[in-house]
Amino acid sequence: MFADLPFIWAGLIAFAVLAYVLFDGFDLGIGILFPFFPDRHDRGVMMNSVAPVWDGNETWLVLGGGGLLAAFPLAYAIVMPALYAPLIVMLLGLVFRGVAFEFRWRDQAHERWWDFGFAAGSTIAAFAQGIALGALVQGIPVANRAYAGGWWDWLTPFSLLTGVALVVGYALLGATWLVMKTQGEVQREAHTWAWRAGVGTLLLIGLVSLITPFLDPVFMQRWFAFPAVIYTAPVPILVAACAAALFWGLYRERDVLPFMAANGLFVLSYIGLGISFYPHIVPPKLTIWDAAAPDASLSFLLVGALVLVPLILAYTALSYWVFRGKVDPDAGYH
Amino acid sequence: MDSFDALTLARLQFAFTISAHIIFPAFSIGLASYLAVLEGLWLATGRPIYLSAFNYWKKIFAITFGMGVVSGIVMSYQFGTNWSVFSDKAGPVLGPLMGYEVLTAFFLEAGFLGIMLFGMDRVGKGLHFFATLMVAGGTLLSAFWILSANSWMHTPAGFAVNDKGQFIPVDWVQVIFNPSFPYRLVHMVLAAYLTTAFVVGGVAAFHLLRDRRNEGARLMFSMAMWMAAIVAPIQIVEGDVHGLNTLKHQPAKIAAMEGHFETRSGAPLLLFGWPDMQAEITRYAIEIPKLGSFILTHDWNGTIKGLKDFPKEDRPNATIVFWSFRVMVGLGLLMAALGAWSLFARLRGTLYESPWLHRAAMLMAPAGFGAVLAGWITTEVGRQPFTIYGVLRTADSVSPIAAPAVATSLIAFIVVYFFVFGAGTLYILKLMGHAPRIDEPDLPASAPQRAAGITPGPGTALKAGAAE
Repeated sequence: MFADLPFIWAGLIAFAVLAYVLFDGFDLGIGILFPFFPDRHDRGVMMNSVAPVWDGNETWLVLGGGGLLAAFPLAYAIVMPALYAPLIVMLLGLVFRGVAFEFRWRDQAHERWWDFGFAAGSTIAAFAQGIALGALVQGIPVANRAYAGGWWDWLTPFSLLTGVALVVGYALLGATWLVMKTQGEVQREAHTWAWRAGVGTLLLIGLVSLITPFLDPVFMQRWFAFPAVIYTAPVPILVAACAAALFWGLYRERDVLPFMAANGLFVLSYIGLGISFYPHIVPPKLTIWDAAAPDASLSFLLVGALVLVPLILAYTALSYWVFRGKVDPDAGYH
Repeated sequence: MDSFDALTLARLQFAFTISAHIIFPAFSIGLASYLAVLEGLWLATGRPIYLSAFNYWKKIFAITFGMGVVSGIVMSYQFGTNWSVFSDKAGPVLGPLMGYEVLTAFFLEAGFLGIMLFGMDRVGKGLHFFATLMVAGGTLLSAFWILSANSWMHTPAGFAVNDKGQFIPVDWVQVIFNPSFPYRLVHMVLAAYLTTAFVVGGVAAFHLLRDRRNEGARLMFSMAMWMAAIVAPIQIVEGDVHGLNTLKHQPAKIAAMEGHFETRSGAPLLLFGWPDMQAEITRYAIEIPKLGSFILTHDWNGTIKGLKDFPKEDRPNATIVFWSFRVMVGLGLLMAALGAWSLFARLRGTLYESPWLHRAAMLMAPAGFGAVLAGWITTEVGRQPFTIYGVLRTADSVSPIAAPAVATSLIAFIVVYFFVFGAGTLYILKLMGHAPRIDEPDLPASAPQRAAGITPGPGTALKAGAAE
């Protein structure tokens, strides 16, 4: 095979995970913001803004998991046991929030319960994802094709910090989504929360970025050694530009710009992570080539992915187009 | 199973999460197809009764599908968390199959589900029907890929083993269309259709018992009983063919299902009994001479291998498999019997006027779920002690996770699932408790926010229905 299939697949998996973060980030964010919107009519509007699309959004998480198993089975086999507790907690959180979409208005006697389940499930899932990310960044020990660390290795001040950072970041995505998709009272409240979450997200991005290079000298080298710095320097500059666009958009009360800028912040942070990671898939030892499945597996699924992913993006776009515009505050469910 | 070690706990956890999961797709595969048929009939005939039936079951589909999605996400991570060695070894073969399931099926279902559920007013009839077809097609594609992956674990083909001990694909056509796959796929899809038919039939029967003139209930009952009458006998024949395939590739499983410990020619068919794995004998057996050989070899004196022909460490647990198999077959025969009864009643013109038929149909509403679970227990326990039959043992597949961690997560899954899916089941039953109306509202109208709006409330709708 002439092409570097593991490299291509690393790119595809990275894309799937980024797509998940961007797509599901805002609807998890709405769950995170739920406690601050006590009015049940407002909550109905918030829920309606994501109800037709949340299921598709979460499918990217399945693609991330399934794709990792297919393309990098060794990485999958190491990361899952290493992050056992946060992943199980994330899955249970997603169960609660997923069913809340259908349950909360079917059972008005217990609507508050399902609202709580939606908020807690979303927040816990986001927090667990952030912890998992932090644990991956700080490195996972491997021996004999298996995880070689302890069961609480994932729990460190750094992983807790990344957990909080992701919760705040998703809240920003959720708040700016609401600014874009709603009007009236909900939009005004969301606007306020977008300011708060925006400031919080930037502070946390800064803090995580400051700590990361000290976790592993390799990270330091990748960011600051010459000539790498020529490629890495634009990242923080673009972060500053996105932050400016976010706050300007909020200040001028634009509908769409804040959401786009918030997404930009996530894309850039994600590229930053990619720069720290590459060429490893499980830092600090396992590279994408160590973990890759044989070419026969990679090429077989690649054919499908190249045809199907654009198709998926097309009909995902169709679905968003059908439900475009502001959510009608007087409309019923969804 | 005298000690709850990490392996036993991991197996229990997988058995629990997969059993909880399979209930939902078993229902939603059939229901999605049923919805597509109803919407198609509505578009073709213009009769509002089809749209009403569509809207009635769509609400139930939405809840079922939601629970299927969340329990399915858990499955896609269970392989890694609890079966990491299996994932590393089998990932190169099974991973792409599951990858194709996500790419061809999950996105298709999820992408068009929103339009199907909430988009009728927004996209027009044509595109809406297209969305329904895509959702239904997605559920079938999903069944295709996941059953291919599962079948490969029963009858692995088209693979080699590399220097890292991984199974690697050599011939994808042989991998996908492995020897047991076509039989298993047909068996499962028919099972899903039957499961749905009996739920629909049971709900319709419940409402016919209260009001035998309810048009919606009559339509649903008639359609469901056609399915039962036609598909249940086909399923029995299919099951027999599937069994012969299993005899060829997994004779130990058949020996366990039949409760045979001794290899013999002219073997009897054991109707009931208690296989005792320790004593290597089936106690209290009630048998029909020679029928076992006839069914499996189509020869009264054919030879059937007994479990003693296999090393002790390679035998599946016959006590479980023997009984789960009988539960499945028993339910299947009852389903076929109900189908025949309905055909008889239909010919006599009493399909809607036979309370005992309706009571029986109500009683049989959950039969499909029971048969599906019993069938899966039979085939999966029958594959033991292997995860990939003959080449990878279950004991060599498990994650290096300590027992307390697996126990904790197992308890968490049990508590959360019973709470969440229990609530969901109650909501579904509540929806089923409402009699189908001639102008069954679309999803949005039943939302609480709309109740005071311009859409007619349930009261006005009922009056309109009575006027029809």
